[in-house]
Amino acid sequence: MALAIGCRARPGKSRDNKTGSWRVFKPSVDHEKCSKCGMCQTLCPEGCVHEDAEGFFDPDFMYCKGCGICAIECPKEAITMNQEEK
Amino acid sequence: MMEITEGSHAVAEAVRLCRPQVVSAYPITPQTHIVEALADFVANCQLDAEYITVENELSALSACVGASAAGSRTYSATTSQGLLLMTEVVFNAAGMRLPIVMSIANRAVGAPLSIWNDMQDSISLRDAGWLQFYAEDNQEATDLHFLAYKVAEDPSIQLPAFVCFDGFILSHTYEPIDMLSQEQVDKYLPKFNPAEKLDAKDPISFGMYATPEYYLEFRYEMDQAQKRAKEVIAKAGKEFGTLFGRDYSALLEGYHLEDAETAIVAMGSICGTVKDAIDEMRAAGKKVGLLKIRVFRPFPSEEIARALSKAKRVAVLDKNISLGAKGGATAIEVRDSMYGSTIPVKGYVLGLGGRDIRKKDIKEIVSLCEKEIGDQFYGLRKELI
Repeated sequence: MALAIGCRARPGKSRDNKTGSWRVFKPSVDHEKCSKCGMCQTLCPEGCVHEDAEGFFDPDFMYCKGCGICAIECPKEAITMNQEEK
Repeated sequence: MMEITEGSHAVAEAVRLCRPQVVSAYPITPQTHIVEALADFVANCQLDAEYITVENELSALSACVGASAAGSRTYSATTSQGLLLMTEVVFNAAGMRLPIVMSIANRAVGAPLSIWNDMQDSISLRDAGWLQFYAEDNQEATDLHFLAYKVAEDPSIQLPAFVCFDGFILSHTYEPIDMLSQEQVDKYLPKFNPAEKLDAKDPISFGMYATPEYYLEFRYEMDQAQKRAKEVIAKAGKEFGTLFGRDYSALLEGYHLEDAETAIVAMGSICGTVKDAIDEMRAAGKKVGLLKIRVFRPFPSEEIARALSKAKRVAVLDKNISLGAKGGATAIEVRDSMYGSTIPVKGYVLGLGGRDIRKKDIKEIVSLCEKEIGDQFYGLRKELI
């Protein structure tokens, strides 16, 4: 992202801002336990959880801040948070 | 046209001639006469501007930030506690690169409460990113507003500007002023036409957040703009001189400096007193000169080192104090500019909270400097401490 004078930004620029670098704990989804309910996608404050072709839900780690809301809210306890080595 | 006018009213008239589209301010002594006069101009249809009345200074400058981002030429005025109350917005206006011009009728900062003059208010915000101009008299206070808008709005600068002049000493004093006409100002100052502005049809946000990967570069860019401002001030000041006969191309002004053994460095109205004292000292055979700093930000560091290179000693007068540091801000920065030189630089903190500085005080400071006594408060009433 090139520097814009006065840090001015047109709409949509938050895509350029890769908030995944903020993450300390990384969610890991156990597809064996997952019931494909989509609760994690609904509740993700970053809106970074996407449904794949098989109906499973996975976060986009370019943007996932590792807040852990998905792990706490998952009715099947299919998501675990693990400290990430960088 | 020459007229006898109170400083505040001359500043208000200069601002009117700059055609600001939005004015927002909150009254505070000794600045109040400026915004009262502007309110009159708007009410009497002598100025086609939105005059936004607000509940305090924080809101006043916030209103200016919004208006400036929306593409309006914007003006405010304040002093002392009012300036400090708007501090957060002062930094934001600079970071968003909004060329707001704000008059500062310099006043001491509480506590203890003081409505009288020193320069602690604007000097305390020297790191905020605003250009800082300091006037010696009301003619300069008037003219610097035209210059400030011209430089602040330059596409290569895009920084806000303080125009500072001593509260009461200038703001409430009647002096003859050569006031420009509307035609002259229009010729000098083009319409404000920023490349980017708030527009619902073409949305943009100002001053978004920057992660650690970007913030440092934003501050660097602001610093570069400050440094570029030296050139832009020189060009705009020269054009002012060509058109109207008063040249403001130099950030500094020398008075009998060429052969001066003792060089005094000062800012603001005290320079008038210093010049009179120099005349008397010269008549008595003492080689004293003055280096007046008209632009404190960007700080003319190299220019100061060059201008003072022939002096035997330097006395810096500060109407401010960086508490706990080695004196006032000007002395610290002048000493830094002179780093590597063997010329001694002595600082004198004086005139705080409206304490009068007279010609005899200037002479006393020169003799202290000759004895290499300095880096101290001048004029302390020993019986009180």
